[in-house]
Amino acid sequence: MKFFAFIVVLFTGALLIYGTVDMPNWGDPNSPPNSHVSPRYIEKTLEETATPNAVTSVLADYRGYDTLGETTVIFTAGVVCIMLLRRVK
Amino acid sequence: MKERYPDVTIETICRLLIPPIQLFALYVIAHGHYSPGGGFQGGCILGASFIMMFIAYDIGEVKRKMQEKLNTILCSTGVLIFAGIGLICLILGANYLDYGILHNILPVHQAKARALGTLGIEIGVGIAVTSVMVSIFLNIATAGEHEGEP
Amino acid sequence: MDTAQFIIGKFNYWVYIVLMMIGFYAMIAKRNLVKKVVGMNIFQTAIILFFISTSSKSGATIPIIQNAHGDAAGHAINVAQYANPLPHVLMLTAIVVMVSTFGVALALLIMVNRDYGTFEEDEIYETLEVLQLKK
Repeated sequence: MKFFAFIVVLFTGALLIYGTVDMPNWGDPNSPPNSHVSPRYIEKTLEETATPNAVTSVLADYRGYDTLGETTVIFTAGVVCIMLLRRVK
Repeated sequence: MKERYPDVTIETICRLLIPPIQLFALYVIAHGHYSPGGGFQGGCILGASFIMMFIAYDIGEVKRKMQEKLNTILCSTGVLIFAGIGLICLILGANYLDYGILHNILPVHQAKARALGTLGIEIGVGIAVTSVMVSIFLNIATAGEHEGEP
Repeated sequence: MDTAQFIIGKFNYWVYIVLMMIGFYAMIAKRNLVKKVVGMNIFQTAIILFFISTSSKSGATIPIIQNAHGDAAGHAINVAQYANPLPHVLMLTAIVVMVSTFGVALALLIMVNRDYGTFEEDEIYETLEVLQLKK
């Protein structure tokens, strides 16, 4: 059983490594993730939000809904821990 | 639960270290606009300082100072601050979470109003993350069987 | 020379794939539930490292605008000088989700241990079979 799992892991790893041949190189400034929307965030963050830290402005302002959902997720996790485990002596 | 032995070294080190850690956490939250930091990171540091207190001292003793009821209320207060600031923007006539409209009620121009709205939700996120960390640790470490009112 | 460039350019992905496969092996082969959960955490860490590595630009600094105030304010911003902020934001939130899912998984495991007295999958199945035979 463990041997079978090892074979599956090796096969998946080989497939993923074959997939990296087409990926952009390390530190490529013109790779797809660095070229579409993120230059606009860096250029406009100071002008539009008066926040030099682009991570904070994207986190809280441009993508505020994402962060709201995130906060709801961790709130739910805390409530679930209390509901599952809490016993009053 | 096992018997707890008081340890002078650990208690003294924690007594010395916890106030600077909490001050640094507040700095990370408040200075998130100009340096690496923000609500999630600062909240994690603040929660870690409380967890350090729970590890070093007796859990019941610390719970008298930081009550579980208050902690659970703070959990939801953080999310409510976040959603409430978004709701204020909605009431003032802009989209949900569009802080630019806050310059109608704050004495600053539009870009600064966005920065202040960001600061508000960072504080909300920081409160929520702190109390969730403390609550998860407290319930998992004692399997939910610590004493006192829920 | 060309092969060296290829290896340097792709080496980071290979490291993350090895890390991811360690987590994957722990998830599918181990019989202990805690080990499975820790394997899931290693898997998520590999994905987070992968996303962060896509944000790097050679010669760039962290995405905080320099000289934002004072005399130098209002200067032109060179985009190639700053790293990409978007993967940082997405993974910042993913790290917090990772921690909370880990907490909820540990809480569920504590409940399992209360009911069955063990973390081993085989022993849980045995207990379930005994319970079914009693019915």
